[in-house]
Amino acid sequence: MNNNLKFIKGLTPTNLSVNTNAQKNASNVLDTTDLPTTRTEAWKYTRVAKIGKIDFTNEATTVTSIKGKKVIDSPYTLVFVNGRFSEELSAKSFPEGVTVTPLSTLEGITTQEEFEGDIFGALNLAYLNDGLHITITKNKVVDEPIQVIHLLKGDAQLSNFKVQIDAEDFSKATVVQGFFSEDSNNSFVNYTSDIQVGVNTYFTMEKIQDEEAGNFHIGTDTVTQDKDSTFTINTITLNGTLVRNNLNIAVNGENCTTNLNGGYLLKEKQHVDNHTVVDHKVPNCNSNELYKGVMNENSTAVFNGKVFVRQDAQKINAFQSNRNVLLSDNATVNSKPELEIYADDVKCSHGSTTGQLDDEAVYYLRARGLSKSAAAQLLVSAFIAEVIAEVENEDVKSYIYKRLNERFGWDINPEDFG
Amino acid sequence: MATYTEDDLAKDLEGKEYEFGFTTDIESDKAPKGLNEDIIRFISAKKNEPEWLLEFRLDSYRTWLQMTEPEWAHVKYNKPDFQDITYYAAPKQSKKYESWDDVDPEMKETMSKLGISLEEQKRLTGVAVDFVMDSVSVATSFKAKLKELGIIFCSFSEAVQEYPELVQKYMGTVVPKQDNYYAALNSAVFTDGSFCYIPKGVRCPMELSTYFRINESGTGQFERTLVVADEGSYVSYLEGCTAPQRDENQLHAAVVELIALDDAEIKYSTVQNWFPGDKDGNGGVFNFVTKRGMCHTNSKISWTQVETGSAVTWKYPSCVLKGDNSVGEFYSVAVTNNFQQADTGTKMIHLGKNTKSTIISKGISAGESQNSYRGLVQIHKNAENARNFSQCDSLLMTDRCGAHTFPYIECKNSTAKIEHEATTSKIGEDQIFYCLQRGIDEEKAISLIVNGYAKEVLNQLPMEFAVEAQKLLTISLEGSVG
Repeated sequence: MNNNLKFIKGLTPTNLSVNTNAQKNASNVLDTTDLPTTRTEAWKYTRVAKIGKIDFTNEATTVTSIKGKKVIDSPYTLVFVNGRFSEELSAKSFPEGVTVTPLSTLEGITTQEEFEGDIFGALNLAYLNDGLHITITKNKVVDEPIQVIHLLKGDAQLSNFKVQIDAEDFSKATVVQGFFSEDSNNSFVNYTSDIQVGVNTYFTMEKIQDEEAGNFHIGTDTVTQDKDSTFTINTITLNGTLVRNNLNIAVNGENCTTNLNGGYLLKEKQHVDNHTVVDHKVPNCNSNELYKGVMNENSTAVFNGKVFVRQDAQKINAFQSNRNVLLSDNATVNSKPELEIYADDVKCSHGSTTGQLDDEAVYYLRARGLSKSAAAQLLVSAFIAEVIAEVENEDVKSYIYKRLNERFGWDINPEDFG
Repeated sequence: MATYTEDDLAKDLEGKEYEFGFTTDIESDKAPKGLNEDIIRFISAKKNEPEWLLEFRLDSYRTWLQMTEPEWAHVKYNKPDFQDITYYAAPKQSKKYESWDDVDPEMKETMSKLGISLEEQKRLTGVAVDFVMDSVSVATSFKAKLKELGIIFCSFSEAVQEYPELVQKYMGTVVPKQDNYYAALNSAVFTDGSFCYIPKGVRCPMELSTYFRINESGTGQFERTLVVADEGSYVSYLEGCTAPQRDENQLHAAVVELIALDDAEIKYSTVQNWFPGDKDGNGGVFNFVTKRGMCHTNSKISWTQVETGSAVTWKYPSCVLKGDNSVGEFYSVAVTNNFQQADTGTKMIHLGKNTKSTIISKGISAGESQNSYRGLVQIHKNAENARNFSQCDSLLMTDRCGAHTFPYIECKNSTAKIEHEATTSKIGEDQIFYCLQRGIDEEKAISLIVNGYAKEVLNQLPMEFAVEAQKLLTISLEGSVG
C-alpha cells in the first residue's frame, strides 16, 4: 500500500454485501492513489493533507437521545451514529409508499464501479460502515419529509456512510439530511449518495451541515435524472472546519429541471468547498444554480460550478450564480464558475461577484437609528435569506435561522423573511 | 423566398479558403534542424551576442529540458517534434538596406499582397513599421524621427548590440525564463523580435507597428518583444500577423514583455491571422504565446486582441498590477472556424492598492471549432479597494462547435469588488427578425449582429487597425455574407 492515508491499516474493510468488482476497483484506487494536493485541479483550493495525518478509528458507540441533534421533529427519523445504523433511535414505520432498508441488511448492494481516482469515494466504499436504501414507490406522493440524522461521536472517528435513494416514476418526496457531532474533534464524515430520480418525479434533498468545529466532512452526491423530473438540492453549511461537497448531476432525460442552491456563513478557520457538475446530455432542460456565502474572520469559501451541455443537447437554459461577501481581510474567496458548451441553441450564463456590505446601505440604516452591528446583521441576513428562501419546508427554515442566530448572535425572526 | 439561414452561413464559412495563403521564395541561411546546446550557441554566435545573453539562453534551455509540455488547456493537437524544427533561418542578404528601393522586389510584393505596402504607410499613415520576415528585421522606417524624441524602436538583435544595458536590465523581468514550457523554449532559441523604449515623459507621436510573418517552411518562429515605457510616457504598439499557407503545422512561441513604469501607459494591440488550417483541419499554425505586462504606480496597460487565425491558440495576455492605482485592461475578440481551437483569456494580478482591471472577451465559434475563455482575477491581501469587472460572452454559430468559459476568481481582501459575468448563446432569432422587419436581409443581419457583438472590442483598436480587424472578421466569419 503506497498511499498516504496512514490510518487505513487500522480500519476493518466493509462487511456489507457490496459487489466485488466495485470493491476491487476501490481498493485498487486506494492502493495507487495519494490524497489530492493543491496541484490537483479539483482540489486546487482545498488542502486535505491533514486528514492523512490523523489516526482515525471507527467505534460503535451508543447514544441515548438525539435531542438537539436534529433538524426537524419528524416521526420518520432515521439515525446513524458514527456511520452505524441505530435501530433504537430510528423510526419503525414510514408513510405509505416509503420503504427503508439499512444497507447492512441488504443482499447485493448495487453501486458505482468506477472511481476515476476519487480516493474518498473509494475509501467510502471499501470501508463502508452502513447506510440506507430508501425507495419511494411509483405514483406515491409523500408529504411528510423523511429525516436522516448522521451523528459523529467521539474524537478521531471516521464514518463511511452511504445513502441510496430510488425515487420511482411519478413520485414526490423530500429527504432532510442533518449532519451533527457530539463531543467530537478531528472526526471525519466521508459520505456518498446515489440518487435516482424517475420519470416525472419531484425529489428534494435538504442538506444541513452542522458538525462542530474541528471536524471534517467530505460528501459526494451522485444524481441521475430521468425525463420530466425535477430535482432540487439545498446545501446549507452552518459549521464544521473542513467541508467539501461534490454534487454530480447527470440529466439523462428531456424536460428536466435541476435546482442547486447553497448557503454558507463562515467564521473562525472554516473552509467550505462546493463543487457542482451539471451534465446536460439531452435537449430541453433547465438548470438553476445559486450559491451565496458570507465569510468572517479567517474563513475560506471555494465554489467550482461546472455546466456541461453536450453536443445536440439543444434548448438548454442553464444559469449559475455565485455571490460572496467578505467581512474580514483574513477571509478568502475562490470562485470558478465554468461552462462547457457543445450545442448552439442554448441560453447559458454564469455570474460571480465578490464584495462587501454596501456603504450606502449601511449609512441608510444608520441614519434610521440602527447601530452599526444591527445594520450589518440586517444586510448580511437579507443577503443569505435569498438562498434560505429556496428551502421549502418551514421547519427546516426555522432550524437554519435558529442556528444562525445562535452562531452569529443575531435576533432574526424567520417570518420576517417569509 | 430564399432566406439566408445559419446553415447557409455555416456552409459558406466551410468553403472559405485562406485568402493570404502564398509563400515568398527567398533563399535563407538556415541552421540544421534540431535543438541542442550547439544550436543555441550557433544562433547566439550568428547574432554576435554578448556572453550574458548566451548564458541566459543556455540556462533557459536547461530549465526547458526539465519541464513538461502543459496539458491543462482545452485544446487537442499533435505535440510538435522539437527536433524537427529549424531554429534559425535568415534571409540571405546580410547587408542592411540603405534605402527602401534596395529591398528585394519579391519581398515588397509579399508585403503589398498583405495590404501593408510600406511606401504607402511611410507616406500616408505615419506608422513606423518594423517588418520581421523570418526572424530578421528587414526594414525599419521612421527611425530617425523617433530618434529625435529619444524613442528607441528597433529589432531585438539590434537592441542587444546597441543598447545591451537596457535589454539586460528589463529582459526576463516580467516573463522569467522558467515561467512556462514555451516561454523557456523561446528564451533559449528566440531569433529576433522588437524592442521599444520610450524615455521619461515622452508621448510617442505615432503608433508603432510590427508585422510578423512566418515564411520559411518548417521554421518555428520565436519572437521576443520588449516594450519599456519610462516614467510618464505613452506608447501605442500594434502587432499584426499573417502567415502563408502550409500543410504541416508550424510552431510559434513568442514572448512579449511590457513594462510600464510610474505614470506610464502602454496600449498593445494585436491582430492575429495566421493560417488556421484548411477546412478539414489540416495544417495551421500553433500559436503558444506568453504575454505579460508589469504595471508600476499609476500606470496603465491595455491589451486589445483580435484573434482569427491559427489552428491552435494558447494565449493569455496578462497584467501584474504591482503599483498602487495602476490599471489593467483586456479586450479580446476570438473567432474560431472549421477545426480551429483557441484557449485564450487573461490574468489580472492585483497587488497594489486601488488597482483596477477590466476584462471584455467576446468569443465567436463556427464550424467544428472549440473556443475557450480562461481567465484569472487574483486580489492579493494588500490590494485594498481593488476593482475588477469581467464580461465574457460567447456566440455559437453551428451545432458542432463549442464555447467554454473557465474563469478563476481568487480574493483575499474584503474591500475588493469583483464582478464576473458570462453568457453563451446563438444569434437571437428575434434580433434577425427585427432586422428583416426593417428591410435588412438575413445575410446582412447576421454580419451586422456579429460586428455589433464585437464592436465593444473593435472600438478599442487604433484607427489603422480597426479597418484591418473588421476585414479579418469578414474573412474569417462572414464568408460571402457581407
